[in-house]
Amino acid sequence: MKGNRFFYYIREGINSIFNHSFMSFASVCIIVACLIIMGSFTLLALNVDTVIDTMESQNEILVVVNDSLTEDQARSLGPLIEAVPNVSRAVFVSRDKAWADFLDTYEDTSRFEGLDSGIIPDRYEVFLEDIALMKQTQQDIAELPGVTDVMAALTIMQGFVRIRNIVTIISLVLVAMLFFISLFIMSNTIKLTTFERRDEIAIMKMVGATSTFIRWPFVVQGLILGLIGALVSFLMEWGLYQLVTEKLISGAGFGFLTFLPFSQMAIPILAVFAAVGLGVGTIGSLLAIKNYLKV
Amino acid sequence: MVQFIDVFKSYENGTKALRGVSFKIQDGEFAFLVGPSGSGKTTIIKLLTGEIAPTDGRVLVNDYDLSNIKFSKMPYMRRTLGIVFQDYRLIEDKSVYENVAFAMRVIGASAKEIRRRVPYVLELVGLDTRSRRHPQELSGGEQQRVAIARALVNNPRLIIADEPTGNLDPARSLEIMMLLQKINELGTTVLVVTHEKELVESFSKRVIAIDGGKIISDGMGGYYSYER
Ligand SMILES: Nc1ncnc2c1ncn2[C@@H]1O[C@H](COP(=O)(O)OP(=O)(O)OP(=O)(O)O)[C@@H](O)[C@H]1O
Ligand SMILES: [Mg+2]
Repeated sequence: MKGNRFFYYIREGINSIFNHSFMSFASVCIIVACLIIMGSFTLLALNVDTVIDTMESQNEILVVVNDSLTEDQARSLGPLIEAVPNVSRAVFVSRDKAWADFLDTYEDTSRFEGLDSGIIPDRYEVFLEDIALMKQTQQDIAELPGVTDVMAALTIMQGFVRIRNIVTIISLVLVAMLFFISLFIMSNTIKLTTFERRDEIAIMKMVGATSTFIRWPFVVQGLILGLIGALVSFLMEWGLYQLVTEKLISGAGFGFLTFLPFSQMAIPILAVFAAVGLGVGTIGSLLAIKNYLKV
Repeated sequence: MVQFIDVFKSYENGTKALRGVSFKIQDGEFAFLVGPSGSGKTTIIKLLTGEIAPTDGRVLVNDYDLSNIKFSKMPYMRRTLGIVFQDYRLIEDKSVYENVAFAMRVIGASAKEIRRRVPYVLELVGLDTRSRRHPQELSGGEQQRVAIARALVNNPRLIIADEPTGNLDPARSLEIMMLLQKINELGTTVLVVTHEKELVESFSKRVIAIDGGKIISDGMGGYYSYER
């Protein structure tokens, strides 16, 4: 591309934005709204995911071995449990070890005087790959011979998994809707320019300008609007995230939650915002100019 | 060079605008295309500029076969043409100079080429003193000369003018025709569509007459059978 032509496209694109400042402002706003909603849901989903990941790494289910088995027999159950689908690891805890651990949790053990490890059974701590499948895995282990009981903290986990799924679905639907709305507003903004310039476009075609040449200024207009939208929403999203996480941590009983730092997600978020903004700008402008280039 | 070979054109609503038109205009010729209203003159011009496609037959313009030209080739075909309309079609918010320069810029001419060529064509059409004015500050004849300058600026092989004097008084009309004749003498092929009998008869040029979508006469001088 020759230098003077490049500047011609940029100048024409910027002129059009100022000539229709109100509609340009409106289309930037709608892109910002779209991106912020999309970004917020993504951030929420990412955080819920992290919570689930931490829980997954901490969480285990407890498999209680039949009392009548000897320790050797109980130990031989290990490979069977590990063979169950979705089990990542099964750690054997003998009744002596379990008893010692139990006593360790109390400062004053005098009230357990006279008792010994005989009152509690051998057990396995079992770690899962995917907690969403916990219920099934729990049933599978319970069916193994020599297993008396399987205990799991199902409910909390399932709650989080459900939240994540709902958030994902809502954000996908919203993002799709908002994407089309932004596209519509964007292409109508640019249509104002193409309509105003229809005579110029007709002359360009008459003297033999290529479709590419005719399109560029409008595409540049869309690209600039999309990019402004992306940058504005990135900054707003950043501020919003900071505000909300601080409020949640300091206030209302959410102190136990930890949040991902924004900086850790900043680059991917900026990249996605820019891609969506530029995409809406390009597609919107191509839609706007399409009808003028037929003949 | 322009050649129509047995061209038919029906519009979507069924109107048969052309019914088997054949003619050939050699490089360097000056020809009038005359005929009553609705006879198909503008249809011929639109076929030449690629705005519409023939229903049947072949249309050849400057080595391009418009009957099966690729969409992507169309702009390059149009660069070999200069087109002038009755209503001038100038851009109101650009000066005379910018209107002409625009035609060069949009086909990728460099700033240097533009600075050299635009003053030359403005002088050729007699508007070198008007270059800073805007179209609405010019007379109709002057506006049409801007349009001719714009048609000329990319050095086309063929100038096509559809009723270029339709909005002008007889004196201005004559001036415009003289200008087109001068351009023809400088080597460009010229095809002029017109209603104006007197004007045609004051030049002894080739006259192609059309009526009802058919060529009814073609030769030097007056209106021929169209007069009847
Ligand atoms: N876009 C169109 N759709 C349908 N019919 C059309 C269209 N354009 C022209 N026609 C018809 O085709 C015929 C030829 O029209 P054309 O415009 O070529 O005539 P013309 O010779 O240029 O007339 P005029 O001297 O009035 O400009 C007319 O009957 C006209 O009504
Ligand atoms: Mg006509």
